[in-house]
Amino acid sequence: MATVAADPRAKYVAGGTNVVDLMKEYVEQPSLLVDITALPLRAITHSSDGVRIGALATMSEVADHPELAALFPAVVQALLLSASPQLRNMATIGGNVMQRTRCAYFRDVSQPCNKRAPGSGCAALRGVNRQHAVVGGSEQCICTHPSDLAVALLTTDAIVHVQGRTGERRIPFDRFHVLPGAMPQRETVLERGELITAIQLLKSPVTKSSYYLKLRDRASYEFALVSVAAGLDVAGGTVRAARVALGGVAPTPWRSHEAETALVGQPANAATFAAAAQAATRGMRGYGENDFKVALTRRAVARALAHAGGIA
Amino acid sequence: MSFGKVTRRRFLVRAAAAGIVVGTPRLSAAAQAVASVLVVPASGPGPIPVMLNVNGAAHALKIEPRVTLLDALRERLQLTGTKKGCDQGTCGACTVLVDGRRVNSCLTLAVMAQGKKITTVEGLANGDQLHPVQAAFLQHDGFQCGYCTPGQIMSAVALLAEKRPTDEASVREWMSGNICRCGAYPNIVAAVRAAAGSAS
Repeated sequence: MATVAADPRAKYVAGGTNVVDLMKEYVEQPSLLVDITALPLRAITHSSDGVRIGALATMSEVADHPELAALFPAVVQALLLSASPQLRNMATIGGNVMQRTRCAYFRDVSQPCNKRAPGSGCAALRGVNRQHAVVGGSEQCICTHPSDLAVALLTTDAIVHVQGRTGERRIPFDRFHVLPGAMPQRETVLERGELITAIQLLKSPVTKSSYYLKLRDRASYEFALVSVAAGLDVAGGTVRAARVALGGVAPTPWRSHEAETALVGQPANAATFAAAAQAATRGMRGYGENDFKVALTRRAVARALAHAGGIA
Repeated sequence: MSFGKVTRRRFLVRAAAAGIVVGTPRLSAAAQAVASVLVVPASGPGPIPVMLNVNGAAHALKIEPRVTLLDALRERLQLTGTKKGCDQGTCGACTVLVDGRRVNSCLTLAVMAQGKKITTVEGLANGDQLHPVQAAFLQHDGFQCGYCTPGQIMSAVALLAEKRPTDEASVREWMSGNICRCGAYPNIVAAVRAAAGSAS
């Protein structure tokens, strides 16, 4: 940990599915890789308020874990809709939330990219931006965050457990990722050298009635154009609590407080879901090739809510 | 794939848990585990000894830490059954088993596969006796050019071991990490289902 904290070009490696890929493209050029796979951080343990998932648990291990599908269906669905079986056997939960954008300009060292090379410009802004953000971006960066799991985690009030040199801290997951703003090279609140040790999920009636919807060009093995994680606590036909999170639309996994506000206290029916879906797209804008994402998000939110609310 | 002339990377080999806990009583069990790790000195950037167990045989290699398992298998061990399709984890042609689990060898660093049981397509048959999945691919004409086929077969072997559902839609989804440019999917699915003993 001291080594990685001291050397700005040292990186941790676990599953390797992101860092090795980016090394081949010269996007990441670490001087040192620190293999953390021998650390005992793989356990999945249940408690009275939820489950604690070790950072080194693989996506497959979490997706196949017997009790999680009933407690956190959106999380398990998100994992199974991610990547491929091979990649899920390699990739870890900690690495998954740390993975970097799939923006083609970020991944191409011959292209301007403020995230990879601060100050060089954002080629996507007026370039090929079909896959890019419609909310939360800036003049410096309109990338999207690729993780499905991260979107689902936003519906579970998850907490990231982090170990640093001076001690531990717990970071609410909805504050873990940061928007690009003027500094797109900064993606999370982690300090150099800090290591995710576990992610803790809190169970609730909302998480038990949750659903993950992923829309993409192909039927499988592809990142989302737009995705939605929705959870509803419905009692007597009325929404008591709701969580709505979006993927494929923002540089970070995107929690839609607007949609949630439009749901709570309302009857759990199609009209309410349509209103919430409209609220979810407030402030969204396209950049030329991704304008379709706004309407697609609206439809996706409505559909995901219908599933979560049991009226699909 | 060569990394060209850029600075080679050093590699800090796997940390082994040691007995001495350096942490204070305030630390949680997880934090104590992290603090107690004994770090092995960095290896590389030049070639380092890497021992790989492939298809039951041990091989002592001397390779740089940045060499992928795919390149180690093909270039150093001449086990060219495993194919390089995309070299970036998006096609599955490089699929091998590591401790029985299917992985993309193109995104696996060989040095991180030490101490694990690696199985390639060359390790499936028992002498002249084909593995049932291999036989099924022949029986059901599950390939055209054959380039994706070793990866498809390794993936299918693992799918059966994982005991995934074997209806057609499930097989398609659980084999979705293996792409076939020739489009032999209908016969690939038939071969996998036959190997699973499913009715067509």
